[in-house]
Amino acid sequence: MTFTPPPPSTLAQKLIARAAGRDHVSPGEIVNCRVDLAMFHDSSGPRRLKPMLDELKAPIWDTSRVVLVMDHYVPERDDESRRIVKIARDWAREQALPHVYDGQGICHVVVPQGGHIRPGMFCVGGDSHSPTGGAFGAYMFGIGSTEMLGVVVTGEIWLRVPQTIQMVWQGQLAAGVCAKDMMLHMTGRFGMNGGQYQAIEFAGDTVQGLSMQERMTLSNMSAELGSQVGLIAPDATTRDWLRATGTEVGDTEQWCTDAGATLTRYDFDASALAPQVAAPHSPANAGDVKRWAGLPVDVAYIGACTGAKLDDLRAAASVLRGHRAAPGVKLIVAPASQHDQRLAEQEGVMKVLRDAGAEIGATACGACAGYGDALGGASTVISTTARNFKGRMGSAEAQVYLASPYTVAASAISGRISDPRVLTRALTTAGASA
Amino acid sequence: MSGAVHAPQGHRVWRFGADIDTDVLAPGAYMKLGIEGIAPHCLESVRPEFAGSVQRGDVIVAGPNFGIGSSREQAAAALVHLGVAAVIAPSYNGLYFRNAFNVGLLLLTCPQADLLQENERIMLEQQASSIVSALSGRLACEPVPDFLMAMVQAGGLFNQLKQRLAMQSAADPADPPATQPTTPSAR
Repeated sequence: MTFTPPPPSTLAQKLIARAAGRDHVSPGEIVNCRVDLAMFHDSSGPRRLKPMLDELKAPIWDTSRVVLVMDHYVPERDDESRRIVKIARDWAREQALPHVYDGQGICHVVVPQGGHIRPGMFCVGGDSHSPTGGAFGAYMFGIGSTEMLGVVVTGEIWLRVPQTIQMVWQGQLAAGVCAKDMMLHMTGRFGMNGGQYQAIEFAGDTVQGLSMQERMTLSNMSAELGSQVGLIAPDATTRDWLRATGTEVGDTEQWCTDAGATLTRYDFDASALAPQVAAPHSPANAGDVKRWAGLPVDVAYIGACTGAKLDDLRAAASVLRGHRAAPGVKLIVAPASQHDQRLAEQEGVMKVLRDAGAEIGATACGACAGYGDALGGASTVISTTARNFKGRMGSAEAQVYLASPYTVAASAISGRISDPRVLTRALTTAGASA
Repeated sequence: MSGAVHAPQGHRVWRFGADIDTDVLAPGAYMKLGIEGIAPHCLESVRPEFAGSVQRGDVIVAGPNFGIGSSREQAAAALVHLGVAAVIAPSYNGLYFRNAFNVGLLLLTCPQADLLQENERIMLEQQASSIVSALSGRLACEPVPDFLMAMVQAGGLFNQLKQRLAMQSAADPADPPATQPTTPSAR
């Protein structure tokens, strides 16, 4: 008998095979996977899970593999929010959950910062932006509350092994152009269901050159491409970032796509990419900033897991340094986590933002989902968030444009949608840095 | 309540466009409420009369990419609450697809959904593998895997878990409620 090596696999296939206890899986197969980590928040989690678990009289399969984050309804603004958050806090105590982050920031940022998501893991999250975990080389995707109940009771979940779509970016991004622009370019090109619930993998030297948080922006908005996951093969950047959180990961080299694996590949030239804007009411309604340049804005919003991490705050500050938001423009900054806000404070980034006239919001989901500080009225908003569906941020009359932190900052200064490269070029020439 | 709603007169069609998102199905502003508070606002930003007029057994026929957006399963549960028997569309957001079956809502993937007319009555045939329309004839749907059809017939994953745990404790009452895979393995 001769040994037949397994056929070449994509990163997605390898991650699923491990979780399914198999040597190899093929696209189209339906498999059961063991879950390494289940994350949920105050909205999708306890208020839905507790009554169902009580009725089933079933225990949580493994509390050490559960992370609860209070981020949607904090800080509590009304009685309903107080009730929802109280259910979460009481339940966390009752279940003696070891991993709870209460009011410390948005789950997709806080959970990696806690070192809970590591290369090779198989994770689910009770939120559609859970693919953010793919930036760490983990297979992580979003599920609804009833399916989370199934995971919490059994520790398992089914999936159909996806095809892999590789988005290969090569070349150097211009100053003032970043991961958010790459993503809006892809949503514009492929549409909101272009990912067809398959596995997207971001690759190429541009992606390898991105910081960890920039990679998280790509994986985060895989949700807007309609893929199940948005994976990035782990490397030294991943390991160093995790080490800084106090998490040592060993060899991660196996977590990559093999040469010769079957996949669909798209190539992109990063050096040719202009800042991108997505116009109301879809992230797929995207194009170069020049299409909308000059349009007056009332609100510039820098927030959310997509657009208010430390690297996003740094990007905004690099543009806003020495400037103020235009009269009549409301600039709001809601940092994605307290950890990021503290570091931004130490670096002087928060001071730059405050000096520019920014109102600092709570480190929570805030206006992004229209749950917390919803934006009212018929205003025109330019925002670093992920979605601009009609009514999403709390008002059906609002016109929400999506853009990068650079573009939102530049637009705040001029009071009109603006290309940030004018300002970042001036900065580069002057030798200033973020 | 499940997607296997019996409708001898056929299922009345409500037409919607492409890219119906979860904020349209379950608006964020009402997400603090239970399903009985969310359902009356389901689809109101595109068809304000829908939630008040839809009848048990009616079906939604929509364009591509139904259910894009959030993981909130209330976007599917609201339709179940209103008595919608099925959604028929050429494509769905993948996360919405899972949620729908988990809460007992039948989704039919039908490339020719666009042929179905507002207000016509249609029949669902043979485990919903095809649709019969007096106007358009028989339209094929992508087959729904057996374990998902069983989930809809049980009224969703919660009911299935409940049945499974009850069977386990009946089989061995000394055991604590045990943990079993949520779905039959289709390997």
